[in-house]
Amino acid sequence: MTLLLLAVLAQSQVPFDRIANASKEPGNWLTYSGNLEGHRHSPLAQINTTNAINLKVKWAYQFGNQGNQTTPIVVDNIMYVSGPNKVTALDTRTGRPFWNWSRPIPGDYQSIGFGRTNRGVAILDDMVYVATLDCYLVALDAKSGIERWSVKAGDYKLGYSFTVAPLAIKDKIIVGTSGGEAGIRGWVDAYDAKSGDRSWRFYTIPGPGEPGNETWMNDAWKTGGGSTWVTGVYDTAANLIYWGVGNPAPDWNGDNRPGDNLYSCSFIALDGDTGKLKWHFQFTPHDVHDWDAAHVPILFDAEVRGRKRKLIANANRNGFYYLLDRESGEFLSGKSYVKQTWAKGLDDNGRPILIPGQDPSPEGTLVWPSLNGATIWFSPSYSPLTRLYYVAAREKASIYFKREAEFKPGTFFAGGGEQALDRNEEWGAIRALNALTGEQKWEFKLVSPPWAGVLSTAGNLVFAASNEGNFFALDATTGKPVWDFQTGSRINSNPMSFSIEGKQHVAIAAGSVLYVFGL
Amino acid sequence: MWLLVIALLIPAQEGKRLFESQCALCHGQDGGGGRGPTLLKPKLGKAPDDTTLQNVISNGLPPEMPGAWQLNPREVKELAAFVKSLGSIPPEIVSGDPGLGREVYAKSACATCHAVSGKGSGVGPELTNLGARRNAAHLREAIIQPDSALPEGFMLLEASPLKGPPVKGIRLAEDPFTIQLIDIAGRLHSFRRSDLKNLNKLAKKSPMPAYGNLSATDLDNLVAYLASLKGNQQ
Repeated sequence: MTLLLLAVLAQSQVPFDRIANASKEPGNWLTYSGNLEGHRHSPLAQINTTNAINLKVKWAYQFGNQGNQTTPIVVDNIMYVSGPNKVTALDTRTGRPFWNWSRPIPGDYQSIGFGRTNRGVAILDDMVYVATLDCYLVALDAKSGIERWSVKAGDYKLGYSFTVAPLAIKDKIIVGTSGGEAGIRGWVDAYDAKSGDRSWRFYTIPGPGEPGNETWMNDAWKTGGGSTWVTGVYDTAANLIYWGVGNPAPDWNGDNRPGDNLYSCSFIALDGDTGKLKWHFQFTPHDVHDWDAAHVPILFDAEVRGRKRKLIANANRNGFYYLLDRESGEFLSGKSYVKQTWAKGLDDNGRPILIPGQDPSPEGTLVWPSLNGATIWFSPSYSPLTRLYYVAAREKASIYFKREAEFKPGTFFAGGGEQALDRNEEWGAIRALNALTGEQKWEFKLVSPPWAGVLSTAGNLVFAASNEGNFFALDATTGKPVWDFQTGSRINSNPMSFSIEGKQHVAIAAGSVLYVFGL
Repeated sequence: MWLLVIALLIPAQEGKRLFESQCALCHGQDGGGGRGPTLLKPKLGKAPDDTTLQNVISNGLPPEMPGAWQLNPREVKELAAFVKSLGSIPPEIVSGDPGLGREVYAKSACATCHAVSGKGSGVGPELTNLGARRNAAHLREAIIQPDSALPEGFMLLEASPLKGPPVKGIRLAEDPFTIQLIDIAGRLHSFRRSDLKNLNKLAKKSPMPAYGNLSATDLDNLVAYLASLKGNQQ
């Protein structure tokens, strides 16, 4: 009995090696995207194109709040789910809670430009890490939920806030901040996992004397935005963190910030130990449409033009799919994957070739894609089996308006906004793209632009969700629907897969409920 | 006089400016909604009166809507007045007799598809508070050319099942796997897409016949009747 207990306790430790080798234990889901490469792909194959039609709800969990976006983390029969300023540990076999943790949301807290949400936790060794709306990073004991430490990363009264799922790498916890509509100066932070001491901070908007500051004028860098609200990925061998950076501020009025406004709307590659910038790639220089690069990057290796390359891919909010060399940030190829009307294409360096007259204007300018972009925070997926990049794509335009922008700390600093078209003029799709070229292989049409991510599995399935409440599985090779279930709520989250006593299950948060499906 | 006009306009302009800088991000530049709900309603469900609207603006509606704590009471008042104006139809003089228009409404069998104050059919849009939402010019166009004055999101469909006759009706709901509609006779239908051989979306088409053959007087009276329908303004 003692031996058995020790064995269970030993299993529950999650040293970084387990996370770095997540594909060796597919019954668990150890990090936000399933692996550090951002694939959101499950190597589990028990649920497949033949038997998925038999999927049934096995249990459900009520969060107590709406609009949940959490991706559960599963470790050795314990599932960790999060909500705004709260975490729950569930028994994966029964759906019953082991513990709950919560932290009061201050009465004067304001979420400026986004909902009160949380996208998930990180686990490392014997602790669970959650980032809170009031901008604290908190470490919890994984078994009891007792708070071990908490650290204030930013001032929520100025617009800094956490909705992001932290990323655990080696001995550090990485987080990024929301607040791009409040004129913050964004950053990516690393904290020592044991003590909570801050190891480094990288400001996404460079200050005077730092490279990139010359792309800002009029002191606009001080309120330049560049939030970092979606979890990045990590290349273990290169010790590089790849993270997406948000829009420049104010969003729709760039008059006071002429220049490219680095590193807004970029992917940045940071040294894991020091936070030093190795390279950057800016998708949308001098953005005025709020097309922040709030995406999970996807890492994979393949041969490109006769040479084996380490790659990073992204279907961007601006409507283009990009393939870059992740060692150097070199642009390799790009192609639009939705309707877009603002660029003729990309030049040899990946810089957009602009079509004149597409900026927001006082009278309104109709541009595809919309403010919320061609896709956004919700996760794409990459299957190493099909070598396809799966993305929930939004086909929607906005009429963009430009207005005055006055900076008052802790309030909207947006400089305009959008007006939507009739909903009959928008739609969506789950698309499978050739990961090397961005060419569309198939699509499954949706009746409205989605707000939920995708999961691919070794059972040759892609799981996805709709605004109308459908959670469904598609054949990963053809896009043909295999199974669907009506959850009863708009779905704003990402699916994941794990095992309960050796049997594959799939989970998704839909509104106020977490559903777990199995055969 | 001009000074008075300018003095009256300044608060409206200030309210518009505040709306565009603090509210439009979620509620849309025209108040038509986006991340947040539309404000183009005669009466807002969560802010039905001036005092409540000002409180909502100042304090927000947790968890989603932040409060505009930085605005002073005068600015809140001006912003509230502008928000209120978004869903209001400016007062207008409508020629025609509402009482006679009611007779035109009955004679033209409008109640076959529409309902007013609980009377009539629910196939087409309910008209109980139509006059609080639409001005006379829109009402006139909707009568003469229904296809050009459709409600937001309206869609007429023709669904052809694998078995059985095609069904033409108004979309009630739609998702990637199913569709629900109501036919002109008021029958409800629900299909899985996989059970359809064809689904034809008749965009910008209304099942309502055009009433261009009404006399000018009848048309004026009918418009006046519809404009008088202020309902419960919810």
